[in-house]
Amino acid sequence: MSHSTAQAEWPLWEIFVRTKAGLDHKHCGSLHAADAKMAIQLARDVYTRRQEGSSIWAVPSQHMVASDPGDKDMYFDPMEDKVYRHPTFYVLPESVDHM
Amino acid sequence: MYTQAMDSLPAEVKPTLRSAEEMQLQQRFDARIDDGQFIEAKDWMPEHYRKTLVRQISQHAHSEIVGMLPEGNWISRAPTLKRKAILLAKVQDEAGHGLYLYSAAETLGTSRDEMFDALHSGKAKYSSIFNYPTLTWADIGTVGWLVDGAAIMNQVPICRCSYAPYARAMVRICREESFHQRQGFDALLTMMRGGTDSQKAMVQDAVNRWWWPAVMMFGPPDDQSPNSEQSMRWGIKRVSNDTLRQKFIDAAVDQAKVLGVTLPDPDLKWNEARQSYDFGAIDWSEFFRVVGGDGPCNRERLKARVKAWDDGAWVREAALVHAQKQAAKADVQRQAA
Repeated sequence: MSHSTAQAEWPLWEIFVRTKAGLDHKHCGSLHAADAKMAIQLARDVYTRRQEGSSIWAVPSQHMVASDPGDKDMYFDPMEDKVYRHPTFYVLPESVDHM
Repeated sequence: MYTQAMDSLPAEVKPTLRSAEEMQLQQRFDARIDDGQFIEAKDWMPEHYRKTLVRQISQHAHSEIVGMLPEGNWISRAPTLKRKAILLAKVQDEAGHGLYLYSAAETLGTSRDEMFDALHSGKAKYSSIFNYPTLTWADIGTVGWLVDGAAIMNQVPICRCSYAPYARAMVRICREESFHQRQGFDALLTMMRGGTDSQKAMVQDAVNRWWWPAVMMFGPPDDQSPNSEQSMRWGIKRVSNDTLRQKFIDAAVDQAKVLGVTLPDPDLKWNEARQSYDFGAIDWSEFFRVVGGDGPCNRERLKARVKAWDDGAWVREAALVHAQKQAAKADVQRQAA
């Protein structure tokens, strides 16, 4: 058992992979790395062993900011009654309905 | 499965809830589970659910990591360059699977170091299957065919686990695992079709040794698996041990025929009424002995794992110090500019 490193974990990074040009980077997991360069190198070996990616983003996990799941209803539900934001809200004559 | 030791723990007592607010959260949680919804890392969850998942996911991760050892044993002795490249890729996949799972467990609030400490001190379990030795090259093919075959059977249902980060890791793993089983069967088929008599005998010997340990990978029978019901209720476990075991045996019998080997169970017999194979009694005392630490290779595996971790300590420390030094240098340059 090693005690010397028990309190010295490499920092955690969140990894995002773009599968091919034209698509978004998508979160695929996290990993530990000592620095940014190593995070990218390890991400290649951990998350793209079968050419799943053409580009990688690595972000220190401690810098990620997220909405609170407890606020989910309060935060997102106000949009529920704004149906006029969707094109299907407007009933148009058939001759121009492809608009 | 890789977390079969979960099933050998004594039944857990459900903690009582403390406040009205907590009861309300619990009800909302139960409703989401019943509705088939996923639970994400930052969502409220009962402590017992969290604890169960940390234990299961970390055991699963440990199994992937320790699982590299019996196969790594043959990388330098693979019979051809092709088989060596395949085995390297497979062992690298196992490392990757361990890492996906450790990172899923970390979303529940545990740390990598805590999990490693639990493994290295012998507190945490891993699958009993990796405590058996890989004596010949045929063992490597058999591990792919039977051990990875059993693992796939077990892991596919976990892709629908209620805890989303675990489920996502499992989707990724299952996508990669199929190659593991196929390459194993392919290696055995090559020996059986083109090999000498002694090579064929080697395959049969490996199958004889791995069959029962593989059948035990699914864990104790349902009626001796005290925590299964709770895990089913929570959507952590989707299919029971015995159901999966039967499915595995039914598939393996047909595959063994193609291969031209026999399975070491004189009681294996097709049951027309059940549309499944009946099979002989399983020696559960062996299972509990191996899970409990007295398998053929338990000490050797743990020793190899701890040695690898300790030998790597200076690399981890140096990388961290280097990163800190570079960051400090960059700070100085920024301030000077």
